[in-house]
Amino acid sequence: MPGQQVQTIQLPNGLTLLIEPMADVQSAAFSLLVPAGSIYDPPDQAGCASVLVELLVRGAGELDSQGLTNALDNLGLQRSESAERRYVSFGGATLAENLPAALRLYADIVRRPHLPDDQFEAAVAGSEQTLLSIEDEPRQKIMVELRRMCYPDPWGKPSEGSLEGLANLSMPTVKQHFQRCFRPNESILGVAGNVDPAEIRALVEDAFGDWAAQPEPAYLSGPRGAYRDHIEHESTQTQIGIAFDSVPYRDPDYYSAWAAVGVLSGGSSSRLFTEVRERRGLCYAVHAGLTSSKDDGRVLCYAGTTVERAQETLDVTLQEIRRLRGSIQNDELDRCKARAKSSLIMQQESSSGRAASLANDWFHLGRVVSLSEIRGQIESLTVARLHAHLEKYPPQDFTILTLGPQPLEVPNAVS
Amino acid sequence: MQFHEARLNNGLQVIAELTTGVHSVGVGFFVKTGSRDETDAVSGVSHFLEHMAFKGNDRFSADDVNRIFDEVGAKYNAATAEELTMYYAAVLPEYLDRTTELLAALIRPALRQDDFDMEKNVILEEIGMYDDQPMFVAYEKMMQAHFNGHPLGRSVLGTKESVSALTSEQMRGYHHDHYLAGNVILAVAGNCEWAEVLELANKHCADWPAGEASRVVTGHQPHRGTFLIQRETSQQQHVMHQDTAPDALHPLRAAAELLSVIVGDDSGSRLYWELVDPGYVEGAELTYQEYHGVGVFRTFFNGQPEETESNLGRVRKVYEKINREGVTEQELAQAKSKVCSRVVLSSERPMGRLESLGNNWIYRNRYQSVAKDLAQIRAVTTSQIRDLLAAFPLAQTTTVTVGPKSTVTWK
Repeated sequence: MPGQQVQTIQLPNGLTLLIEPMADVQSAAFSLLVPAGSIYDPPDQAGCASVLVELLVRGAGELDSQGLTNALDNLGLQRSESAERRYVSFGGATLAENLPAALRLYADIVRRPHLPDDQFEAAVAGSEQTLLSIEDEPRQKIMVELRRMCYPDPWGKPSEGSLEGLANLSMPTVKQHFQRCFRPNESILGVAGNVDPAEIRALVEDAFGDWAAQPEPAYLSGPRGAYRDHIEHESTQTQIGIAFDSVPYRDPDYYSAWAAVGVLSGGSSSRLFTEVRERRGLCYAVHAGLTSSKDDGRVLCYAGTTVERAQETLDVTLQEIRRLRGSIQNDELDRCKARAKSSLIMQQESSSGRAASLANDWFHLGRVVSLSEIRGQIESLTVARLHAHLEKYPPQDFTILTLGPQPLEVPNAVS
Repeated sequence: MQFHEARLNNGLQVIAELTTGVHSVGVGFFVKTGSRDETDAVSGVSHFLEHMAFKGNDRFSADDVNRIFDEVGAKYNAATAEELTMYYAAVLPEYLDRTTELLAALIRPALRQDDFDMEKNVILEEIGMYDDQPMFVAYEKMMQAHFNGHPLGRSVLGTKESVSALTSEQMRGYHHDHYLAGNVILAVAGNCEWAEVLELANKHCADWPAGEASRVVTGHQPHRGTFLIQRETSQQQHVMHQDTAPDALHPLRAAAELLSVIVGDDSGSRLYWELVDPGYVEGAELTYQEYHGVGVFRTFFNGQPEETESNLGRVRKVYEKINREGVTEQELAQAKSKVCSRVVLSSERPMGRLESLGNNWIYRNRYQSVAKDLAQIRAVTTSQIRDLLAAFPLAQTTTVTVGPKSTVTWK
């Protein structure tokens, strides 16, 4: 952690470039966030951003679809691109010497994509296949639907869209989405690895500097979903999803919230694993995690279990969540701290992990948090602070979704 | 990077690749046992035993094991496959002693009856969980069908019936016969001194019983055929093919790895352009898997049920063309870039190196540096790929499909 240095460069057009040189690795990685995600989908054409992402890599700049894929593959780039809620996100990692060429290709992808009309149907079909595959993965399906229920619209909507939305979608709408939303202002580019910051800066200024800023497009907000639901599904296991409100990443209470969830589900000695799996043998998988959009934090819990054990699993899981208030012990917090310390140190071995953190920090906080600062924040946590946090934000008003052959009973007392 | 090896008197093999250029250290025990070493009577015991290891021994209770791993901030896990059971952790160097002590305790567990009874429920839940995942259902059926009569056809998880019937005495017997020092490798990768590794091995493993377990390694003629599992509620049709490929000692292994990238990588491959890019399927991949004495090319894709026959025809077309014409220089160069970049990226973390270190020793009894890995990949030629395709032509030999369709016919 000593020696970690991050350069922050604001381009006049509003793009933020963050560079973290890492001397001990041979690789380099980037994370590029463009504020054009699924929240900007027209409400009746959900899936627009997702189809746009499919089309962006089908030719850009001088290269057609095959040429572009070949160029990226020749650089050995391990890449991913996806529509998320706020952002369209691009990420890649490769040998450090290949990163500059990769960044130039991404300048073409985000600024000069061909968006070929004759590829529209294939791109829509690809997005439909993705939605259908989620239907065949109950573990994924339950979390998609839980999120839809517990976040306000459009933050809860699946970024993949919907089959109805895709059926309504037209190519002009996709092109309009690109023209309206793809812009440098509020875009964030994080670069980490064995790179020369001056070279990266010059390259980014050259390749992205004359990208013209645009006003932020509007999106429609709506209410959150129901607190209870059951999805009928013929399956061996019943999937259980539970959500409750917490704080977002930028909240001063965030690290307390993180540690409280860590006590609940941070390691094998955490409460859910111990009580639900180890003591009672109810599940193979049970876990909870803190997620954050810019304004809202939620704790999302998951358990999957066979039908006859599902009711007990739900009851015990809820009981453990409610028991958290006022009951945290020093040794539980100490273990959270130990896990955090080791994660932070090991993050320095991963260029793609660092690139993603740089961009994520900037989005949530407008600055990059150093690993030493995070460590300081974690070290300063006390049981009293965690308890104070849980009094301020008690786990309550649970959103509960089940998916399986039979619905479960939710005792009223817990909500 | 410095490689070291030693063997304790009881036969435990100790290997280490050490460097000061990283912050953490990975440590793992690789046990040469898995589902292929089981009998019908104990189907699923290797995997169940891996779970039971975490219940501790006379010194450490199950709660102790879970607690101590968290106290040292370990990133740790265990896995059971057809030929291997591994227990591993990545930690900061100051916790290597404590972590190795704990991992060593896992290898000699107490196997208490009450823990056994409780954990059986968890295993049955794990079986239930996989039963809801069509691609996993296809994989189970594929291994059973393709390797019918061969030890590799045994299921890692076992079935609900076999696991329910398993007793702790049977597990004790299996452990007694297979968890012998000569059947285990202790591997360490990352920031640490060799003297410390040796000291830890002696301190925590020297009293393990000596001996090795035998494994009968034979080749195999795959069973041809199409096997259909109907799931009416499934939205997609999930399809898997399997065919013979080079085994773990075969000189064309690296060629097979590169061929799998050219044909079936998730981006820019032949299957990608033929099936994924036009939107016929959600995903299509071909992977190469090596085993002792045999290997397989495994293809899988998932798409609209009504497109299944057409997709099967498209896959066949890709196979036939590549068998006939081989691959281009450009394709090979591109595959090399991809694989080399993956090797380097994964080698930057001690956990990535640990896996490679352990696997190379398990399968080839030798050390291979990252530089040697890269050189081996770069040395593959298009004519070697032609030789590979002549010996192991791509074919839809064994096919398994899971989904709503009641029949699947093509060709």
